[in-house]
Amino acid sequence: MPEITIPSATLELTGRALFPHRHLLSIADLKPWEIRFLLDEAEQWAKANRGNARKHDDRLAGMTQINAFFENSTRTLLSFEIAGKRLGADVVNMHAGQSSVKKGETLIDTAMTLNAMAADVIVIRHASSGAVALIADKVDCAVLNAGDGWHQHPTQALLDALTIRRRKGGFEGLIVAICGDILHSRVARSNMLSLAALGAQVRAVAPPTLMPPEVEMLGATPYTRMDKGLDGVDVVMMLRLQNERMDGAFIPSPREYHMLYGLTPERLAIAKPDALVMHPGPMNRGVEISSSVADDPERSAITEQVEMGVAVRMACLDVLTRGARGVEGWS
Amino acid sequence: MNIPADNKDSMGMSKLAIINGKLADPAGDRLTEGSILIEGDRIVAAGDVTLPQAAERVDAKGLVVAPGLVDLGVFATDKPAFHFGGITRAALMPDQSSPLDDVGLIQQATRAGKPDFWVHPIAAATRGLKGMELAEIGMMQAAGAKAVGTGRQWIADSGVMLRVLSYASGLGLTVITHPEDSGLTGKAVATSGETATRLGLPHAPACAEAMAIARDLMLARETGAAVHFRLVTTKAGFDLIRGAKAEGLKVTCGISPAYLFLNDQAVTDFRTFARLSPPLRSEDDRKAALEAVRDGSVDVITSGHDPRGPEDKRLPFVDASPGMAGAETLLALSLNLVREGLVSINRLMMLLSANPAKILGVNAGGFGTGSAADLIFVDPDAPWIIDSAKMAAQAGNTPFDRVPVQGRVRQIMKGGVFL
Repeated sequence: MPEITIPSATLELTGRALFPHRHLLSIADLKPWEIRFLLDEAEQWAKANRGNARKHDDRLAGMTQINAFFENSTRTLLSFEIAGKRLGADVVNMHAGQSSVKKGETLIDTAMTLNAMAADVIVIRHASSGAVALIADKVDCAVLNAGDGWHQHPTQALLDALTIRRRKGGFEGLIVAICGDILHSRVARSNMLSLAALGAQVRAVAPPTLMPPEVEMLGATPYTRMDKGLDGVDVVMMLRLQNERMDGAFIPSPREYHMLYGLTPERLAIAKPDALVMHPGPMNRGVEISSSVADDPERSAITEQVEMGVAVRMACLDVLTRGARGVEGWS
Repeated sequence: MNIPADNKDSMGMSKLAIINGKLADPAGDRLTEGSILIEGDRIVAAGDVTLPQAAERVDAKGLVVAPGLVDLGVFATDKPAFHFGGITRAALMPDQSSPLDDVGLIQQATRAGKPDFWVHPIAAATRGLKGMELAEIGMMQAAGAKAVGTGRQWIADSGVMLRVLSYASGLGLTVITHPEDSGLTGKAVATSGETATRLGLPHAPACAEAMAIARDLMLARETGAAVHFRLVTTKAGFDLIRGAKAEGLKVTCGISPAYLFLNDQAVTDFRTFARLSPPLRSEDDRKAALEAVRDGSVDVITSGHDPRGPEDKRLPFVDASPGMAGAETLLALSLNLVREGLVSINRLMMLLSANPAKILGVNAGGFGTGSAADLIFVDPDAPWIIDSAKMAAQAGNTPFDRVPVQGRVRQIMKGGVFL
């Protein structure tokens, strides 16, 4: 019998076809294999960051990275700064106070100014949904969304996915509960889209006042009872509850929230015995999460999330600048 | 069209006859061949008219002749856009840089368009549109205000609204209200639903509209006042309007083409040109709005003309101002309703001209004897493409950019004078 060669069902993608995007603005723009490609790239950086005492790589040498943060941030800004510096880029941080950027024409003008300074990549955080895409439209270089309003925070979703993949080996059949203030959370919106795209089952667990309508359309099943939402899950992803939501507008009080939705050891016991605990930080200890859970080295992946954040951001900065750097196949 | 050379400065009582037109009489039920006899700035007769020998004749050459549009609720006096759209009168919303709560501002607004365009200002119901103290409605009426309005917002205090309605009804003025319960809407910029959830936009449930209508209907019943809901956009809202009309309350309502032809998905990609107030609704509500036009629940179609430049629109969605430039596209988009068989062209002119004139209490918008000789000559099938970059309006903020439409105004007569 003659030997039959069956051609591979998956087309082998190379170069720019692996990630044909100028910017990284939203998980919604990405195909599942593009998400996986970024995770694979980040995995290499995660290994390099752990393995070497000297972590410097000069592939972005001579390139300018501007971190334009129109909203306060400590850890995300730091993470992007470290990522850029490890790749050898000249990193400049711009903190724009909310007051100076009230008029949007100023926002566009700021974008034009950054553009005129010939940045090679701009990382933007802004308090308004859609603001980063608005700027991306006006500049010539790659733009990375570091969080826009309630809308998207794609690198957070990627670092969360990488953390889960490293701990759990994959996403197929995995049940992930995203718990807390889903309504106002760009982290939740980004994670629901990415985890559903990667094949996990996603649950959105929130009090009804903090659950967005038609959350099913983003690939999540809504639960308003924490105990039911956590039943049998592999990953518990807690969200930060903003202080301004605690004063009776959306929930009566922090202590009632902790009673009904806080992640305590008792509640964590409802999840699978090896369930992973995640939190994007900064945590409100004693509100959405108990310290004993947050600090449990067996269960908590919170510090690993921070570690993966640098790796993911290095990967994104590298991939988005490959065209400009003339990497073969990427122009 | 062959327009008499002396028409443009003819302010005497000369007689003019429009012949060979297809008349879209709001009071009729189909287009009819006929003539319109005009003396000075008024219509003498329309239809099968015996024309006096002395009357100068203008050949309408088969164009549809309709009353000029009366646009009930615009935010700017934007004559180039109004002329393009065949709008000969507009009721100006009180939401100006200084709210129209003062006699001087009303007088100024009234004069702004003349002679070739008439502005009928809507007096602010409360000082500064703050929803607290009654404005000098009677004095503003004497200065030319034709209605009272709450502006872009609802009056949250029911006691204040009760007094606005009863005071205005004593003066014979209709109160034009914006039905959205402000407690529910808060800082919302979108209707609750999948699109708002995906984009992460502050949103409010569509029932905010019906809740506001329900209260104002109770107060209208209590006071006997005439109420016009400027924009009704939801099924629940129309159901309440139907019930109130059946009961005999003095209630009318309007809508804009955006709510008939777009749903909330139009704001995808944070398109600020589709940021409107009230926000665009679900597809089910859009269909209910079309049905309300068909069954006669809708009385008025308005452009809500609100030209906004990049300083108001090239912003993050939440920070952008609501509103669209609608004057130029009002007639062409509305003609879709005729083409789709929802209304006759006569009924459409009732919604665009006769009913708004009636609500304002001005003798215009129809072909009756003594009605203002404000006429438009329309080629209802002329195709064109809406282009936000080339609009006559002060700004091109239309959510209908690149949409092909049919219907162009070829000529306008304002007060017996061709423009």
